[in-house]
Amino acid sequence: MPAASARDPGVGPVPPSVVLVTGVSRFLGGHLAARLAANPAIQRVLGVDTVPPPRDLLRRMGRAEFVRADIRNPLISKVISSAAVDTVVHASLSANPGSAGGRTAMKEMNVIGTMQLLAACQKAPTVRRMVLKSTTAVYGSSPRDPALFDETMTPKDLPSGGYAKDAVEIEGYLRGFARRRPDVSVTTLRFSNFIGPRIDTVFTRYFALPAVPTVLGYDARVQLLHEEDALAVLERAASEEIPGVFNVAADGVLLLSQAIRRAGRIAVPVPSGAVGPVSRFFRSARLVDFSPEQMRLLNFGRVVDNRRLKEQFGFTPRWTSVQAFDDYVRGRALRPVVAPERFEAVERRVLAAARTLR
Amino acid sequence: MTQPARSEKGEAVSEARIIPLHADDSGDRTRWRLRPGVTPPPAAEPAPEPSPEPQPAEAGPAPWEEDLAAALAFLRRRLAGEYAVDEFGFDADLTDNVLLPALRPLYRSWFRVETLGMHHVPDVGGALVVANHSGTLPLDSLMAAVALHDDHPARRHLRMLGADLMFRLPVVGSLARKQGSTLACMSDAERLMAAGELVGVWPEGFKGIGKPFRDRYKLQRFGRGGFVAAALRTGVPIVPCAIVGAEEIYPKIGDIKPLARLFGAPYFPVTPLFPLFGPLGLVPLPSKWYIEFAEPIPTTGYDPSDADDPMTVFNLTDQVRETIQHTLYRLLGQRRNAFLG
Repeated sequence: MPAASARDPGVGPVPPSVVLVTGVSRFLGGHLAARLAANPAIQRVLGVDTVPPPRDLLRRMGRAEFVRADIRNPLISKVISSAAVDTVVHASLSANPGSAGGRTAMKEMNVIGTMQLLAACQKAPTVRRMVLKSTTAVYGSSPRDPALFDETMTPKDLPSGGYAKDAVEIEGYLRGFARRRPDVSVTTLRFSNFIGPRIDTVFTRYFALPAVPTVLGYDARVQLLHEEDALAVLERAASEEIPGVFNVAADGVLLLSQAIRRAGRIAVPVPSGAVGPVSRFFRSARLVDFSPEQMRLLNFGRVVDNRRLKEQFGFTPRWTSVQAFDDYVRGRALRPVVAPERFEAVERRVLAAARTLR
Repeated sequence: MTQPARSEKGEAVSEARIIPLHADDSGDRTRWRLRPGVTPPPAAEPAPEPSPEPQPAEAGPAPWEEDLAAALAFLRRRLAGEYAVDEFGFDADLTDNVLLPALRPLYRSWFRVETLGMHHVPDVGGALVVANHSGTLPLDSLMAAVALHDDHPARRHLRMLGADLMFRLPVVGSLARKQGSTLACMSDAERLMAAGELVGVWPEGFKGIGKPFRDRYKLQRFGRGGFVAAALRTGVPIVPCAIVGAEEIYPKIGDIKPLARLFGAPYFPVTPLFPLFGPLGLVPLPSKWYIEFAEPIPTTGYDPSDADDPMTVFNLTDQVRETIQHTLYRLLGQRRNAFLG
């Protein structure tokens, strides 16, 4: 846990003047830049990404400026120093190897990119706040896990690869950065899986499949976070000084089987031995970009304790996991494969038949 | 079958008599069947609940129709996903409507479980039930869960703490979570007790459940007393619980170590019927069970920081262990036959 700031955390909200957001071409980064740009107290909002944001997102971003730059390139330090950036929100961590152009490119972007960005921030005297969008995947997922993870716990088995390993390494670099720059307030936000009507993640694609593959004999607990809550937390972390590590997840859980039923999908249990080939098929068919650790998540699930978020960070998610999931189902207008009205009709018919038997 | 069993039981009883506590009770051979009078107030023995099975149709069409409606409503809820699951994965709807009813015939007709001292389990608030473990397969914990739901006036759900092996297994692991179990670790135990749940723990673990038949009703080592520390930190009472009868369901007379290693299991049991008779050997022997809850040990007199004091924890652990062992010996002394009671 980074003992982030030498300053008092109780200084109160100090609005940043120049904010740099990485990963603005994707949902969270882009919408965060838009929200920050809407705040008149903030002078400038810079959005960085390797590809320009989609047109509608760019329109939404308003006065935020888009800088096409690669954070792996030392040029990023020039952007930071010339604009006198004081707050950096690093939201470009990618979980999907497919969209990042393969696992190697994803790792390069995640880990090397963060190293370069942190190196640039370390040299920039103007930087005084650093916000990292991390993930609860750093806790791993195994049958030896406690039911709820809090921020002080470490995983039973260190994630061996993929996004989770990237996130663990990045958090390590960030802790090193916090030690070298004790004057910078460092906030690490460990987000659970996002869901919502607009965001596009592995989960939103997964539950949109008409027949949803699950692991036979396992039923994971799924904890979600509504996209709006995620944006609100990021915005608050960027505009106020709340150093520390926080789990960001909605209250409550739902079981994977329950979620599939609520979405009106049909679960197709796959024996664990066949999970690998099935997920490879879905990836190559560009249906769902599943990585191995996400498949493990479907076995055992992972739930985190959000008490610190509520008490120290001062944010209570507006949507519970179930509400967020229902909002996603409604927002996407997912048409149930089997309509719930059908169940009710059958129920009524059977009861009517029972009455005639009497 | 009964003859050698009884002579072995005689040894166990003679061991019991060495313990001075309740010696007068175990000496009384005429009172061979346990009565509510053995433990103080008979009020603690609630009348058995009316069985939830559908009434025969002659009793009028209304009851079975209601049952049908309830069953259909349940099915619709399940298919639509309209039920709540807590953070531990506990699915009360499924537990009450499927899992507990499935265990009930085993509880009532097969093992004919008699519960004693149910008034020692609080109606509300957190408590820690600590029981002996036996029987090769953890049926004793399931029966304790049924007992606390069916025979307790507040119909409490027992939230059990289980080994990680259980959660690794497919089907079993997910059912265990839905039934309310969670991993036996400090953080989960404290979280449940602080939330006012009734938590069940079997501190002997695999040492207890997988012990050979000749060691029956001898409590094994009680881990490191982590459960006591958790109770001290949360200030909930500890209710010692003695389960008699579970040792006889699968008498483990041997252990095939290589097979156990092959399956990654802590033991591969050999019972008189298993693996000799194949799946038939999985049918538990119909022993007569008694589950007694002893007087709770309050932890409110301690400071939460005492949980870090090894001496306090050790003493309390020992007290709980002794209480369970004495209760076991007393129950055994009053039992004439393992299968008839």
